Amino acid sequence: MTDTPIQEAAPKPEMTRLQRWWDSDFMYSFRHAPVAVVSFFVVAILVLAAVCAPLLAPYDPFNPATLNLMNGFTPPGDANAFTGESFFLGTDDQGRDVFSTILYGMRISLFVGFSAVLLALVLGVFLGLLAGYVGGWTETIIMRVADVQLTFPAILVAMLIFGIAKGITPAEYRDQMAIWVLILAIGLSDWVQFARVVRGTTLVEKNKEYVQAAKLIGRSPLAIMLRHILPNVLSPVLVIATISLALAIIAEATLSFLGVGAPPTKPSLGTLIRIGQEFMFSGEWWILLFPAATLLALALSINLLGDWLRDALNPRMR
Amino acid sequence: MLGYILRRVAQSALVLLVVGFVAFSMFRFVGDPIDNMLGQERTLEDIERLRAQLGLDDNFLVQYYRFLEQAVQGNFGLSYRQGREVSEILMERLPATLELAFVSGMLALIGGIMLGIFTAIRKRGVSSNVIMSVSLIGVSLPTFLIGIVLIYIFSVELDMLPSFGRGEVVDLGWWTTGFLTESGLKALILPAITLGLYQMTLIMRLVRTEMLEVLRMDYIRFARARGIKSRVINFKHALKNTLVPVITITGLQLGSIIAFAIITETVFQWPGVGLLFINAVQFVDIPVMAAYLMMISVMFVGINLIVDMLYFAIDPRLRVDRGG
Repeated sequence: MTDTPIQEAAPKPEMTRLQRWWDSDFMYSFRHAPVAVVSFFVVAILVLAAVCAPLLAPYDPFNPATLNLMNGFTPPGDANAFTGESFFLGTDDQGRDVFSTILYGMRISLFVGFSAVLLALVLGVFLGLLAGYVGGWTETIIMRVADVQLTFPAILVAMLIFGIAKGITPAEYRDQMAIWVLILAIGLSDWVQFARVVRGTTLVEKNKEYVQAAKLIGRSPLAIMLRHILPNVLSPVLVIATISLALAIIAEATLSFLGVGAPPTKPSLGTLIRIGQEFMFSGEWWILLFPAATLLALALSINLLGDWLRDALNPRMR
Repeated sequence: MLGYILRRVAQSALVLLVVGFVAFSMFRFVGDPIDNMLGQERTLEDIERLRAQLGLDDNFLVQYYRFLEQAVQGNFGLSYRQGREVSEILMERLPATLELAFVSGMLALIGGIMLGIFTAIRKRGVSSNVIMSVSLIGVSLPTFLIGIVLIYIFSVELDMLPSFGRGEVVDLGWWTTGFLTESGLKALILPAITLGLYQMTLIMRLVRTEMLEVLRMDYIRFARARGIKSRVINFKHALKNTLVPVITITGLQLGSIIAFAIITETVFQWPGVGLLFINAVQFVDIPVMAAYLMMISVMFVGINLIVDMLYFAIDPRLRVDRGG
């Protein structure tokens, strides 16, 4: 990257790409927004911890061989009365290490969240481009479907899709399929936001000269949509994607909490909170508190990051 | 104006038809209800008998026609799980949900507007900043966590309020109400706060933004110059002009309150239609799911329609613009 001889020769040293990126408006506003910096690091650490869960987790909570029921209900930090083992964040009723279950649970929550947003993004952006660029009947149908779906809260649509998908999958595969059904349900409930914004921007962009020029040299409509218009509609999409991620993680947690999401054999943060709630009245607070705090930290920091991103990418705010 | 109203009514009818088709498709294509109703020890005879009894042997069109005919009369057949009339179960559960939704809706509306005005007038005050920061956490906090936190504080630690159920209810024949007994009212407090809090923060933020916008307008400045009391300016001149977007959002939120009641009802084991629906999803009880879907769509579409009509009543400018 760095080309030292040229840099020394030039009167004003050429900036490397990294430096230019660091000095860009975007990074400038990032460095001067402490909330955004803190949120970014919280999200980064949590995502990293989730990705590296098998390396970081002291126990494998899903391997029955390593579980010892005698270790059940060990409070955080204390040694267990029977086995003498101690656990950083305590254990649940089955003697599973809470810290390890949170790491693995976060992995599932984040996987479902990212995948669902990706599904919603691809579907929404494509349908939005199609509606905006092609117009006519295509547009009417896509946007009417979007309107009807928007009448209903996303979480309700997700529950319905989950229920229907559960009905279609044979009973013996339900637990295995649950994660994929969740992704499908949350993703399909969330594409409308993307489609509406992309359609709006596309309607503006398609009359610009570069699109006319591309048409003139005979590029196919698909190529114009994907290679020419798409790059120009991406920044609002990025903002929606970030906020959608927080919403998707909350939606997943909510569905799992309600018992229509990740099964207890593959618990996400929502499932862990559902399990923990049962022990709230008997005083084992740690089984509930730590997963709940993790979920809150994750959702809040992504939300704050999205808030900042919206302002930073909005040209009117500069 | 009449044309606009007619167009909106036609659109609403179309939405209901689409939802009706979805509901029917669920009946026709999702799962085998027989699987769900009979246990492992079933005989072929049992299956045949139940099939005929539920009318699952007839062809697609016959079933579709029967569905439409019955749905209009509010008849969705027998619940696969409970074996009772779905409409009967729904009517039994509906008062609980509507009472909860009403109380939390009022809470959200009154609380949201008050706090919104307050934070807009005292833009730079410490208390406003605190309220705004707390509201941001409120938006990120999932509904079920709010419920759990409230249960922990008021039921487990302070032991003041019940953590589940509806308390004692008075049966009025066609309606059961928790408003008339002490335990019923006590049981209502925590669920209503849980359900209303999110909508309250939303309405508050909206009122605040709109108020700030309006307060910058010339006519407010002139009113101030004329020496009109600021209380009159804030509540009479400014608030009125923030109401159109507030009513839109509130109207749409009313629908979400009924939908989000599913979560609150599960946390507090509140015996309403939301809890019924989530149990139906868990057990793939299609008639209950379909009936709930139809019921809630009628509510949503109706609310949207009323909100649109209200525009004309509130904002005279619209009557001129869209006239004829």
